[in-house]
Amino acid sequence: MNIDSQTDEFHHVQTAHCENGVTTALLRYHGLDFMTEPLAFGMGSGLFYIQIPFLTVNNGPAISFRTMPGAIFKRTCKSLGVEVTRKKFSNPAAAEAFLDKKVKEGVPVGCQVGVFHLTYFPKEYRFHFNAHNLIVFGEENGRYLVSDPVMEDVTSLSKEELSRVRFAQGPLAPKGHIYFPEKIKPITGDMIRKGIVTGIRRNVRDMLSIPGNFAGVNGIRHTSNHVRKWRDKLGLRKASLYLGQIVRMQEEIGTGGGGFRFLYGAFLEEAAAYLQDDRVANVSEDFTKAGDMWRASAIKMSGVYKGRLTEQKDFEEIADMMLEIRQVEKEAFQKLSSLKLGK
Amino acid sequence: MKKEDLPQDPGALDKFTREVCYVKNDDGKYETALSKGWDVKKQALDSAWEEVNERVEEARKAVANGEKSPVYYFMELRLMDLPVLSGYTGIFPFFIKRHFKPSVFKGLSERKLEKYARAFDITVDELKNFKG
Repeated sequence: MNIDSQTDEFHHVQTAHCENGVTTALLRYHGLDFMTEPLAFGMGSGLFYIQIPFLTVNNGPAISFRTMPGAIFKRTCKSLGVEVTRKKFSNPAAAEAFLDKKVKEGVPVGCQVGVFHLTYFPKEYRFHFNAHNLIVFGEENGRYLVSDPVMEDVTSLSKEELSRVRFAQGPLAPKGHIYFPEKIKPITGDMIRKGIVTGIRRNVRDMLSIPGNFAGVNGIRHTSNHVRKWRDKLGLRKASLYLGQIVRMQEEIGTGGGGFRFLYGAFLEEAAAYLQDDRVANVSEDFTKAGDMWRASAIKMSGVYKGRLTEQKDFEEIADMMLEIRQVEKEAFQKLSSLKLGK
Repeated sequence: MKKEDLPQDPGALDKFTREVCYVKNDDGKYETALSKGWDVKKQALDSAWEEVNERVEEARKAVANGEKSPVYYFMELRLMDLPVLSGYTGIFPFFIKRHFKPSVFKGLSERKLEKYARAFDITVDELKNFKG
């Protein structure tokens, strides 16, 4: 082990999103005290939009407001020069043995889990979703001590319970995925600034120039076009369930509100301070506006699944709102792009 | 979103935790605040569960009428679909679909029944004797 900047005690961090939280808490544990959730999210280029074609999740459209699971941790660590060890297992016993070894060494580790069998979650939230993340940071009376970033406090799981969620099945099956920072070099202010700039530029690229019409800012238009057709194509009932699914992906626990847009605004605010650049802070306002607009559209959508709005013109209005959001986000990213940060 | 506009509508998370949200404080700077929930998304979750319960009820009726096997009912009850159930049992979706037929289900080996029972968190007897 070659961790120079090791601190003794692990501190639980509550965050909006689980992967940001695991990244933040693990890096802080290794002495990177400056790390915050918005910073991890922005350096990892976390903001995104995609409607995955032909795929349905829980019998609704597969829409995501963030980048792929695992990418934030990977990118943030990489841009800070932090070496990461990650492992997957085919055999649950081997996965448990490896985890026990790390716990004995006193190293907190991140684990990818499925939430369906996660016993401390309320039943209402236990769908087959396999990209949740938590930290195991110790063992007491035969139970693992667990720091789940969406929880206000730490919790614990028995060996069987943890093994079960680590080997949840279905799309994105975790396969016992375990990961932790291994080698940490001293971090300079310059590295942080560089990481921020790289994160922003990668995010600009993802949102503005990703090929295809179903991802990035164009993905919002793609969904908007679908929304216009849903009422006739699927019937009112199914169409309203689909809108409910969008609202859940956008506002449910883990997003920080407004489909991660507020979180990104907070990141740009921090970035402006690091870069000493007020122009970045100004763009932060645009993302606050986008987040507020997403929330306004959610209120409108809720009118449909509450049964108050039933006309085609309501669906048209929702679709138009999404087009406006697209325009705001597109201009915001174009502004970020034209700042020519790091050049 | 301004801090004072952050909704505090108790929902399913109420006794579990509060969630972190990013809000603007009076100085126009971002900070985090804890929210109990928001009615708009609570209703989205509620309507998703209504849909689930309806699917389960339809599956139960289908078993009672002899149209589907208990495998189908428990798959719906556990919110699974074919890929998920296939993952937990190791049985290919093509065969699982066949096992939805009551006539095929009757002839299933003890080993296959055990795989299903384990995936559904029930005993083999419960699976075999479910009548809808």
